[in-house]
Amino acid sequence: MIRKLFAAVAMTALMAGASLAADVKPAVVYDLGGRNDKSFNEGAFNGAEKFKADTGVAYQDFEIQNDSQREQALRKFAERGFSPVVAIGFSHAEAVKKVAAEFPDTHFAIIDMVVDAPNVASIVFKEQEGSYLVGVLAALASKTGKVGFVGGMDIPLIRRFACGYVGGVKATKKDDEVFQNMTGTTGAAWNDPVKGGELAKSQFDRGADVVYHAAGGTGIGVLQAAADAGKLGIGVDSNQNGLHPGSVLTSMLKRVDVATYNIFKAGQDGTFKPGVTVLGLAEGGVGWALDDNNKSLITPEMKAAVDKAEADIKAGTIQVHDYMADSACPY
Amino acid sequence: MSAPSRELPRWVDIGLIPLVNLLAAFLVTGLVFLAIGESPLESVAIMVNGAFGYGTGLGYTLFYTTDFIFTGLAFAVSFHAGLFNIGAEGQAYLGGLGVALVCLPLGFLPMVIIIPLAIIGAALFGAGWAFIPAYLQAKRGSHVVITTIMFNFIAAALMIYLLVNVMSPKGSMNPETRPFDVNAHLPFIHDVLAGLGITIAKSPLNLSFLWALICAAAAYAGMKPQRLIIIAMLISGGLSGFLALNEIMGAQNRLLLEFTAGYGFVGIAVALMGRSHPFGIILAAILFGALYQGGADLSFEKPTVTRDMIVVIQGLVILFAGALEHMFRPRIAHFFTKPLKTKEA
Repeated sequence: MIRKLFAAVAMTALMAGASLAADVKPAVVYDLGGRNDKSFNEGAFNGAEKFKADTGVAYQDFEIQNDSQREQALRKFAERGFSPVVAIGFSHAEAVKKVAAEFPDTHFAIIDMVVDAPNVASIVFKEQEGSYLVGVLAALASKTGKVGFVGGMDIPLIRRFACGYVGGVKATKKDDEVFQNMTGTTGAAWNDPVKGGELAKSQFDRGADVVYHAAGGTGIGVLQAAADAGKLGIGVDSNQNGLHPGSVLTSMLKRVDVATYNIFKAGQDGTFKPGVTVLGLAEGGVGWALDDNNKSLITPEMKAAVDKAEADIKAGTIQVHDYMADSACPY
Repeated sequence: MSAPSRELPRWVDIGLIPLVNLLAAFLVTGLVFLAIGESPLESVAIMVNGAFGYGTGLGYTLFYTTDFIFTGLAFAVSFHAGLFNIGAEGQAYLGGLGVALVCLPLGFLPMVIIIPLAIIGAALFGAGWAFIPAYLQAKRGSHVVITTIMFNFIAAALMIYLLVNVMSPKGSMNPETRPFDVNAHLPFIHDVLAGLGITIAKSPLNLSFLWALICAAAAYAGMKPQRLIIIAMLISGGLSGFLALNEIMGAQNRLLLEFTAGYGFVGIAVALMGRSHPFGIILAAILFGALYQGGADLSFEKPTVTRDMIVVIQGLVILFAGALEHMFRPRIAHFFTKPLKTKEA
């Protein structure tokens, strides 16, 4: 699926011709988590790197240190003729809105947030669909009938992950119990692996044997705790199966890399389109990871069940509830 | 070590010694750059150009400078009273609350009324937050270093509670207030000058820069060893609160989490480097402003120089200018006091 997506994009690039290639100057601005967070921001970095490898076109990136630098970085890239400029994370919304108005000829993109402007592309994901799939896998892998969820910052976006996950678990095993914990209410909750590990341990103590995290850098501690306790963790955003081979059941992929790659590519091809793009399962924007590291953990029955759920969601026979639509979770 | 440092000429004390310390810091930084395979000279050129070489860069440098003047003065005032107020971070944080409580409900008022009110709000809340440690020190002898640093944590917890549960609009992902009305934005210097027909590059540099200079001048005119612990701490807290004018009212135009970003702690280094003298503090604040802005430009230009490298540079400057301040001092003091003695003889 993902390969197909990349291939299709690459084809369009070839057709567009190489003459444009020299003109595009893409750039990316990461959120406070930084380029190497092994999760969300690193996804964007990987997409940008792939673009560079595929096209030979260099890009520039920037890691902000404080809130004042959001605008500064975006403006600076725009001033120097960079376009498209991709801002990673919803916290950039105000800055993108402001700078996009100042540079109407520059193309901007923002991930995880909608900014309504004629030169801004907003990319949001249906995290609930990917979370539903890993919920199915968690329910099938659990022997105790109890599974856990550790979120980062307690915001609607993360509750959307949690709600989809619960949906997947309950649809598979109606009576299974799901423990939910959020790490905190501030940005620091994205980067607190110690607390993440503690939360995971407390869920194990209550009987959970599979725990899914949507907590950025905090999740490193969750997966570590799962590996130490001989339980299973589920990664998020990037493919984290390789962090503890054999102890990470799977990873919910949120293809920030594909989104970044596509924006860069569209910039190169001159096909940049403003407006909102919603990437779900059908678009290859979310999914679950299967590789050599977790192959032994996924039985043929599990694979069949998750494949069926995936097909049903794509076909529309399963509608995964979006927490952010009504701030409630019906599962 | 027969020469007491007090006999040193003033320019040596607040000019030469910091400069020597700074050069030592840059020398070590240069070695670090060599180690990661970057040319130190080129990096310095990028940093200097980034901080002073063009309008927007200079604007950002002075924008950060404003923060450091406030927090540097705040620390210096308490230091003159023999107190070590390391709570500027929390006092500035609460100052932000004071500014927001003026700007959010009173956004309909004309700017000339809002600005003084916001100044009062920032000072009141900053000073108010400093009052409790001051009171405890004066009446109970609780050490102000311990209480102020603990109050930083209490301030953080309080602001998190307020921003998450009380002040952020419903359904918002960010723990921050709604944007202030336009009347409650502190005017940018480039806008003010444009009104006078002068065009300069856009930057977040705003009127609070002038307020910082006024505060420094007032400190120069009126700073004497303040015996009253509580008064000194209130002034110190109020000055810290002014940081919020620059960050909240001048740049972000909304109250948000952790806008203090460590400026309160850097203020300690600024004050120590500036020898707690208002003029020295301004110079040191410009230096740190330049490090922040030039550092941002450097990591912009050179992908190998990550933001963590910039923190290393700042750390080295603080190390040499603050902690190792006495490494070169005896030798320099010796050099300058010797001819004086022969003359006397």
